[in-house]
Amino acid sequence: MANIAKVAEALGYTVVTMKDPERNVSGGYTGDLLSDVMGHAEEDELLITIQGHKNTAAVASLLSLTAIILCNGREALQDMIESAEMEGIAILQTQETQYQASIRLDGVLKALR
Amino acid sequence: MQTIPINTYTSPTIILELIYRLKVKDVMTRNLHAVTRDATMREVQHLMREKSITGVPVLSSKRLIGIVSMDDIIQALDQGYVEEAVESHMSKNLIVLEEDMPVSFAISYFDRYRYHRLPVLSKNKELVGIVTTRDITTRLLWEINREVENMERMNQETLIIDGLSREVTSFSIMKHDFENAGFASTEIKKRLKKSGLFPRTIRKAAIASYELEINLVVHSNGGRITAEYGPQEVTITSEDRGPGIPDVDKALEKGYSTANEWIRSLGFGAGMGLPNVKSVSDSFSISSTSQGTLVVATVKFSEKEIEMMKSYQKENTDGEHSEGS
Repeated sequence: MANIAKVAEALGYTVVTMKDPERNVSGGYTGDLLSDVMGHAEEDELLITIQGHKNTAAVASLLSLTAIILCNGREALQDMIESAEMEGIAILQTQETQYQASIRLDGVLKALR
Repeated sequence: MQTIPINTYTSPTIILELIYRLKVKDVMTRNLHAVTRDATMREVQHLMREKSITGVPVLSSKRLIGIVSMDDIIQALDQGYVEEAVESHMSKNLIVLEEDMPVSFAISYFDRYRYHRLPVLSKNKELVGIVTTRDITTRLLWEINREVENMERMNQETLIIDGLSREVTSFSIMKHDFENAGFASTEIKKRLKKSGLFPRTIRKAAIASYELEINLVVHSNGGRITAEYGPQEVTITSEDRGPGIPDVDKALEKGYSTANEWIRSLGFGAGMGLPNVKSVSDSFSISSTSQGTLVVATVKFSEKEIEMMKSYQKENTDGEHSEGS
């Protein structure tokens, strides 16, 4: 089973917050339009996005996502970090594009399985 | 001159709404102390002292024919005609209000004319009350107090148990309040999680409430999200105060959005909001006018879930009984 701590380590991305390192990672969903994410992302997945604000954390919490990966060097706003911490959602950050991050995540999950 | 420090054109919307909604009859004093035309100025002076009032209307069979003010009495004492009848000494040039006029009229009348009180007439021209600036300020303070109380309640959950023992929670949502967007849906999700429903059901209700909540933040003038937790389903209702959806069919099409650039840059306006709500709901209805939009979305529980919830609740109530005995 892949947990978020192992996935984050394998990806080598910056960890912004990770209150619950044991949380399971089942897959990923890539998107910036929150209601598209809302309709398609599934429980325990990682959200690969460039939306670094509080509403992304709210969507992740409502869908019980495990973590948010912010791409293209986007920074998480402070209130996003706070609400992610409260809900036990991890935030990772990378300079990579969403396309690269999606491929990397797929590779990491296959290797850990 | 007794002016009321409220501008009837440019005050905050809540105040403007108040002074147009309130009618003169809502603020006036109905308890009248009047005299007839043959009463003397002395009698009026006594009435003023006895009732602690500063103006007395003069009536001729319910019709208002004049007003005697404190000034008129001082004049009468000074000039020595205080024992004479009021008819020849009362003020006859009267500014009157009608009971169905909005309070904003009364405020501008007080600003324009030099009177401390204005008589109020009914439609058939009978005297029904008197308004002073104090009546208006007192009532306005009272109403403003209530509005502030309502505003304080904004974003706070209200919990009601209705007659069918359904639990209902309700949340006020303010226009463009992205800061708190998601609060209502998160609370609704937490509540559903506690009742032991399947994750699939919770997800559907969370999607419906989140999208409706975001719609209120992005598109409406403000509104309310209400969740009713029934034994077999959860119903999410979204009501707003306009401006309405011009083309509801279009709004239900995937990818159609009227959101502006700024809102899109935040990740909203994918044109998936209402389609998402519709697709997760077991029953869905929408109606919209310029006065407001009403959306009702229901997520039904599966039979298995209902069985599980029953035994879950039974365990809990059994526990309480044994503790009590």
